[in-house]
Amino acid sequence: MLRQIEGSHAIAESVARCRPEVVCAYPISPQTHIIEAIGVMVKEGTLAPCEFINVESEFAAMSVSIGASAAGARAYTATASQGLLFMIEAVYNAAGLGLPIVMTLANRAIGAPINIWNDHSDAMAVRDSGWIQLFAETNQEAADLHVQAFRLAEELSVPVMVCMDGFILTHAVEGVDLLDQEQVDRFLPPYEPRQVLDPEDPVSIGAMVGPEAFEEVRYLAHLRQLDALDRIPEIAAEFSEMFGRDSGGLVRPYRLEDAETVIVAMGSVLGTIKDAVDERRDAGERLGVLGITSFRPFPLEAVRQALAGRERVVVVEKAFSLGMGGVLATDVAMAIGTTTLHTVVAGLGGRPITRTALLDMLERARTGRLATLSFLDLDEGVIARERARMATVRRSGPFAENVLRDLGRPREDQA
Amino acid sequence: MFQVRFHGRGGQGVVTAAELLAVAAFSEGRHAQAFPSFGSERTGAPVVSYCRIDDREIRTREPISVPDAVVIQDVTLIHQVDLFAGLDVSGYVLINTSRTFAELGLGELAERYRPDHLMTCPATEFALEHVGRPVPNAALLGGLAALTGQVPIHAIGDALRDRFGPTVGERNLAAASAAFDHVRAQMEVVSGAAAD
Repeated sequence: MLRQIEGSHAIAESVARCRPEVVCAYPISPQTHIIEAIGVMVKEGTLAPCEFINVESEFAAMSVSIGASAAGARAYTATASQGLLFMIEAVYNAAGLGLPIVMTLANRAIGAPINIWNDHSDAMAVRDSGWIQLFAETNQEAADLHVQAFRLAEELSVPVMVCMDGFILTHAVEGVDLLDQEQVDRFLPPYEPRQVLDPEDPVSIGAMVGPEAFEEVRYLAHLRQLDALDRIPEIAAEFSEMFGRDSGGLVRPYRLEDAETVIVAMGSVLGTIKDAVDERRDAGERLGVLGITSFRPFPLEAVRQALAGRERVVVVEKAFSLGMGGVLATDVAMAIGTTTLHTVVAGLGGRPITRTALLDMLERARTGRLATLSFLDLDEGVIARERARMATVRRSGPFAENVLRDLGRPREDQA
Repeated sequence: MFQVRFHGRGGQGVVTAAELLAVAAFSEGRHAQAFPSFGSERTGAPVVSYCRIDDREIRTREPISVPDAVVIQDVTLIHQVDLFAGLDVSGYVLINTSRTFAELGLGELAERYRPDHLMTCPATEFALEHVGRPVPNAALLGGLAALTGQVPIHAIGDALRDRFGPTVGERNLAAASAAFDHVRAQMEVVSGAAAD
């Protein structure tokens, strides 16, 4: 039923209809509303049988999820930012052990400097962990992706992370058509574990693996990611056929047909980008958009097909690798080879990505003034002033505090 | 697309106001999107929330920088926060106060806008009278419904009952209806003056 609902509550209800048996999480903004809502459902008995386990940290939350999953339970958790970093050892273990946990990542920047707002640095920090990472464009897609995620995770015995932009999606109230219990049950069969700790049939999970076999075990995990490249679009197609709605898949093309320039991005910023592209299309410019839904596994072939022969590709991404540049752009470059490729780092730490800034960026791209790596809406003045301070004073102090002090100071150019 | 920006302080239901407006618009078959300006929430700190209403799918996610209407829940924000940033000359303003724009030091600003688009409403008083708590958000939604015609008052009522349950919802609706009547009466005075 289509309802006007907060993103977090839509996710909580969608997860509940997937019948998780163990939910263990530790609250952190902007994930908190999801976990609170699920906690209420367990306490009121509307989500049953399910055990909601309170723990003292994210490390414990993922560790409990691992234990629950290994014991054969459908396990769910959610986190963000520093919480994800605090559980990172267990995040790798969940993937290495092949346990099909589903986790919502309410994407948020990583400190220092501490910042509670949205970007994608947390997801990028576990890019290589072996989890499948799916990015939602809207709350509708986020809700649908969770149902698909349990199906995918359990079929392949691989954990799946559903990434949704913190605050921008989690705290937005908008229309979401949630599947009812009967529909979810039709799509998602009961969990049949590939491996399980069972006293009647004892096995050991989590063996030490030495040089003689480690590479092969890792390669097997890689092959399962490649299997996911096939299963993700198949599951999305089945979902679409059953419920009449496109959610998920590997990539999401928009107005690509005759596009000379294609903007590549992930998550909720795709909506704003599409509005900007429509505006310039109306003025005769040949622009298109490629949304990446599956970041891990990365759909090299689908991206190559979508971007082959384009004059220019601009990757707008909410994270970057310090000392190098774009993270998503590096993967895109691997897919396309030689087409001119630009990285535009945008929306870090919650800075709004506005249509005006996007239109300006597209104009620079059209006129050949867009650098290989650029930062949207960057305040170059404050950077120049801090760099100058650092060049003249040895003990120049912490630069985050210096920048805040600089921005708070009245200046002639602001008068 | 119609875009509303709410300004207030933490504890005044600023975020809830935007959400209720979105729910009301949705119940009238429109597309709506509400979201807060994600500060670290603290009671008393300036808070901004946004609501977009459209007849087609809303894809953009940027904060509202060019609003069609601004709702000011707390007059102590005036001259503290740039409340009217981006507001077009045809835009609407609704302020929670029993004072006039001139008395609030906004006389100069008011001259730039249409007088029938600038309204005040003692929403906190309506809330105290009908709800028993100084939370002005529901009353202001009633005033906004009268001022802009974007949503009917019965849709605001449905959203309030859905959110707060029948008893408290009904009390909030009483505050909203009082504000609706208050703003409507003010508008009639302004249009009457214009007719003279």
